[in-house]
Amino acid sequence: MLEIIVASTIKVVVVMAAVLTGCAYATYMERKVVGHLQHRIGPLYAGPYGLLQPIADAVKLMFKEDIVPDKVERATFALAPLIAFVPALLTFAVVPFGGDNTIFGYEIKMVLSDLNIGILFVFAITSLGVYGIVLAGWSSGSKYSLLGGIRSSAQMISYEVSYGLSIIGVLLIANTLSLRELVDRQASDSIWFFSNWYVFKQPLGCLLYVVCAIAETNRAPFDLPEAESELVAGYHTEYSSMRFAMFFIGEYANMLAVCAVGATLFFGGWQGPFVDSVPLLGIVWLVLKVFVFMFVYIWLRATFPRFRYDQLMNFGWKVLLPLALLNTMVTGLLVVQGVF
Amino acid sequence: MTAESRTVTLNMGPQHPSTHGVLRVILELDGETVVKARPVIGYLHTGIEKTMESKLYYKALPATDRMDYLAPMSNNLGFCLAVEKLMDMDVPDKVKWARVCLAELTRVKSHLVWLGTHALDLGAMSMLLYTFRERESIIDVYEACGGQRMMTSYIRIGGLAHDLPRDFDKIVRRVLDQVPRGLRDYEDLLTKNEIFINRTKGVAVISAEDAIEYSLTGPMLRGSGVNYDVRKANPYSGYENFDFTVPLGKNGDAYDRYLIRLEEIRQSLKIIKQALDGMPEGPYRAHVPGVVLPPKEDVLYKMESMIFHFKIITEGFKAPEGGVYQAVEAPKGELGFYIAGDGSNTPRRVRVRPPSFVNLASLPKLVEGRLFSDVVCAIGSIDIVLGEVDR
Repeated sequence: MLEIIVASTIKVVVVMAAVLTGCAYATYMERKVVGHLQHRIGPLYAGPYGLLQPIADAVKLMFKEDIVPDKVERATFALAPLIAFVPALLTFAVVPFGGDNTIFGYEIKMVLSDLNIGILFVFAITSLGVYGIVLAGWSSGSKYSLLGGIRSSAQMISYEVSYGLSIIGVLLIANTLSLRELVDRQASDSIWFFSNWYVFKQPLGCLLYVVCAIAETNRAPFDLPEAESELVAGYHTEYSSMRFAMFFIGEYANMLAVCAVGATLFFGGWQGPFVDSVPLLGIVWLVLKVFVFMFVYIWLRATFPRFRYDQLMNFGWKVLLPLALLNTMVTGLLVVQGVF
Repeated sequence: MTAESRTVTLNMGPQHPSTHGVLRVILELDGETVVKARPVIGYLHTGIEKTMESKLYYKALPATDRMDYLAPMSNNLGFCLAVEKLMDMDVPDKVKWARVCLAELTRVKSHLVWLGTHALDLGAMSMLLYTFRERESIIDVYEACGGQRMMTSYIRIGGLAHDLPRDFDKIVRRVLDQVPRGLRDYEDLLTKNEIFINRTKGVAVISAEDAIEYSLTGPMLRGSGVNYDVRKANPYSGYENFDFTVPLGKNGDAYDRYLIRLEEIRQSLKIIKQALDGMPEGPYRAHVPGVVLPPKEDVLYKMESMIFHFKIITEGFKAPEGGVYQAVEAPKGELGFYIAGDGSNTPRRVRVRPPSFVNLASLPKLVEGRLFSDVVCAIGSIDIVLGEVDR
């Protein structure tokens, strides 16, 4: 029993540290990639190649004055960043980042919690994040924040449906809800290591997942809740210091989470060449896949203009939802026919 | 219980990321729909017109740079042409050609900034950096001419501040080379971009009749299909010698105005090329003793020239009584200068007809009944510079 507790604690600490570092360097990556896409260099002065920039940012934010405007609902105002921040981290509890490894003679599962309904947990938890945004918008006592909050709730509700439907296809094929088993089903011994990835059986599902995931995490071109040219900074307009940082890290943690889940569902998770022979290689593959996803995110942000509120709704309900339903139906038929 | 419909008053600006300066718009919102919009101006009032009344004519010129600071040469040109009209003098051909060349460069520069900021307002943030890259080459031309990169004051009453730089031809041709390449990039990113089309097509629409009613000018007017361009209607500074077309829109929406501005950049480049190819030789200032500064060599070696130089610098020149109005086609529309002389060395009254100010008045018409996001698109599409709106 003690062994399990110790092992779990170590795993939790390591994963949390890794995720938070990942978030920090996701911001660095974003600034560097966007910079180069825009004929700029990006951060350069803090450390070699600006590598210490995220740390400098964190330190700066910590030392900033925490401003609480007069007209806020104090309790909710303080709670909202936490609600946005914590669920984003919780997602990583069920994402497997390797097979079973033996370390110091102990058999260790490379996943914090091997829930048999892992994917449901992910979706339940990520949906909670919207409360942080809505409450922040409402409690700030600013009209810009309020509009950001309203937009966000409408957007989340609209895209949640297609988001959920987009993965049904994979679940039908895999016949499991556990992320660990999903990864195992995508393993392949052949030289075409990617031949069993679900992206090839579910291309439309994958596309829908990516689009909805961007909308879920409020990223460009669906970043209406914080559209800086309209709503100043949207729901976090009134936030400063570490409270703002929590939203910020929460957003990136969320992105990493949906990227990790996407990689797990459609791109074989930690599976890759030589994972069986080299220990801990699975982590490298997973991180690599996550950051390829991240790159696409950033690329889109640098390229596209922003949707308008009503167009976003139209797109969600009139394009994505029918497509997601169609995908589910076709996959269901194929599964019944025994094609998959 | 019945639901009560209440509107929210949202104060957009004067500090807001996309009001292009210190414009304040009081919006009445029903959800995200704009019920009423009222632009409030005056936050950047600098009293330029009034200042000019107490300045010698040539000393009033630098104030014009600071109106539409994105298109300083056009402002210089308008003011100088007005004063020249008041003084009833003509300038050498080289000056005219050079002025056309510089004014068109200014148009390109202003449109580039417009494109960048407009796209940024719509969320396409890379555009700003791309357009500024091309704009840089034009600013280099400014720097080579007048030594200044923004507030040039290079076009002077009766001519230019200095002769054109020796490598003028070369650096302007570099612009001609670079801007079309940039334009291709912008078109690739925006013109057929579904999201961009959705955001701009059918947004901020104004009909031809309304556009005339609001006395809009520039791309705002031509976007609605009204063919009026001061360069064609009342040619000045030798524009009648250049071959160019005035692009017109059909729907009067933000997308048409986008296309028009891009086409105007191409036409401007065409004019610049003609101006470079046909640039005549000759003096860079008119020979009008007592009004225009004599050449520097003469000042050093000739008594009369030195006296004139001294007198112009210290007490300026006296303009006759009477008022003149001179309009130029600035990048944003018709920029007019009304100058009334009273026989002294300062103007009695200077009144500017700023295109930004007049065009801005159409904002409520453009956005009422539309969504909040369209306000941002409309403000961007009008292309205002607050320095010019408030003066």
